[in-house]
Amino acid sequence: MKTNVKKIALAVAALGLTACVTPSVADKASITLPQETAHFKQGPGSDVTTIYCTICHTADYVYMQPPQNRAGWEATVTKMRKVMGAPASDADAKIIVDYLMTQNSRQ
Amino acid sequence: MKEQGRRPDAGRRKLLRAGAALGGAALAGRAALAAAEQMVQLPMVNGARRFAAYPQKRPLIVMTERPVQLETPMAIFNDGVFTPNDAFFVRWHLSNVPTSVDGAAHRIKVHGLVNTPLSLSVADLRNNYEQVEIAAVCQCSGNSRGLFEPRVVGGEWANGAMGNAMWKGVRLRDILNKAGIQKGALQVRLNGLETPPMTTTPDFVKALDMDQALREEVIVAYSMNGQPLPILNGFPVRLVVPGWYATYWTKMLADVEVIGSVDNNFWMNPAYRIPDNACACVEPGKAVKTVPINRMNVRSFITSLQDGAKVRAGQEVEVKGIAFDGGYGIRRVLLSADGGKNWSEARLGKDHGNYSFREWFTGFRAPRAGDYTLQVMAVNGNGESQQVGTSRWNPAGYMRNVVETVRVQAV
Repeated sequence: MKTNVKKIALAVAALGLTACVTPSVADKASITLPQETAHFKQGPGSDVTTIYCTICHTADYVYMQPPQNRAGWEATVTKMRKVMGAPASDADAKIIVDYLMTQNSRQ
Repeated sequence: MKEQGRRPDAGRRKLLRAGAALGGAALAGRAALAAAEQMVQLPMVNGARRFAAYPQKRPLIVMTERPVQLETPMAIFNDGVFTPNDAFFVRWHLSNVPTSVDGAAHRIKVHGLVNTPLSLSVADLRNNYEQVEIAAVCQCSGNSRGLFEPRVVGGEWANGAMGNAMWKGVRLRDILNKAGIQKGALQVRLNGLETPPMTTTPDFVKALDMDQALREEVIVAYSMNGQPLPILNGFPVRLVVPGWYATYWTKMLADVEVIGSVDNNFWMNPAYRIPDNACACVEPGKAVKTVPINRMNVRSFITSLQDGAKVRAGQEVEVKGIAFDGGYGIRRVLLSADGGKNWSEARLGKDHGNYSFREWFTGFRAPRAGDYTLQVMAVNGNGESQQVGTSRWNPAGYMRNVVETVRVQAV
């Protein structure tokens, strides 16, 4: 992966106070993040899930979790809607929970 | 067997076996760059992760891509007491993380209950304040969450959401005193440049009580291990709160507000809270009064041997690792080679201050072929130690500090 780090103006401000050299300051830094690779697997509800969930995060947030039962996924989806502001309707939330149950669930 | 030396790439070239616990084998040297996509299986259900080299970073364990969260392989901590910037773990909360920051134009706004509001550049910090340096461990509150049993939802880290660096900057206290703290000040509210994608999502804002904000160790840091901070670790400045969990170490610090109330935004309440008792623990399913997470507990790790490692029977092998706590300093590190029945004292490495990793060294000789269970336990200057046996539990998966176990086979 490429690193596009521009270190402009490496100012060494020793100022003659001590013999030690203070660290250089990069005035400007910029990076390019790698292309996202984590996506929701195709299946019933994957489109709705992608629309709402990936506003804030990639699909790996779901796949890394310990398998959840329906109540567990419902609690998470409710938190995302009520606390984190995901603009999904009740009907869409049901589609998302159903989809998550097909992806990473337990009884 | 693994080499014990400090050469950065030594002993890291072997590929990870699928199923190997996170630990020694974790590669990530320059040699690994050349390799195709590397995978690691963290010791948890759904623990398969890939390695990727993000900008300014060597290949690290990718937990999530957006917001980006990267975990440091345990092998890195065997290389030295300070964690290299390019191996330091990464954790963001909100999807809008600036990828381009003009450090010269950046300003830290100091306002609220102060006599003189300030707008500080990094140059102001460097020229107009006393410069201080401190070695301190930055550890995510949820480090090791993925190892909780029963499992809890959240960022499913193994043990690598931590790092130790030499931070340089200026005291937050000096800044606040220059601004002049007014009567009625209760907390200092901290905000950085990361923002939520929607106005309905709570911005990531944290708050420290005044006594914490005014501790002399708390600094606004512009330098990490003698270099500017990597963007993903908060360039150009982040707060450093030695001894306290990383949630308070606001990255890309831009706003410091002195307030006359207790901040109750989502990230202070109900997020990042622990049971209000001595063990920060509770039985699964039980409700408990909570307080904001604060000082770190004692932890120690074996870094020179990974779980499942083979050693030679009858031969002494060096065992080394790290220990740290929330600021009392590590006083003792003990190693057991018989599953916790007998403990022997390890030798402590150089003291970099009470907030730093402390390296420890000892030897282990397996008298005969067979399986051995190595365990490590540290004790801090306040007499606090680690949880023996089953780990304590809390619903958010914070503050794990069980005595760590590495199983080795003598052949």
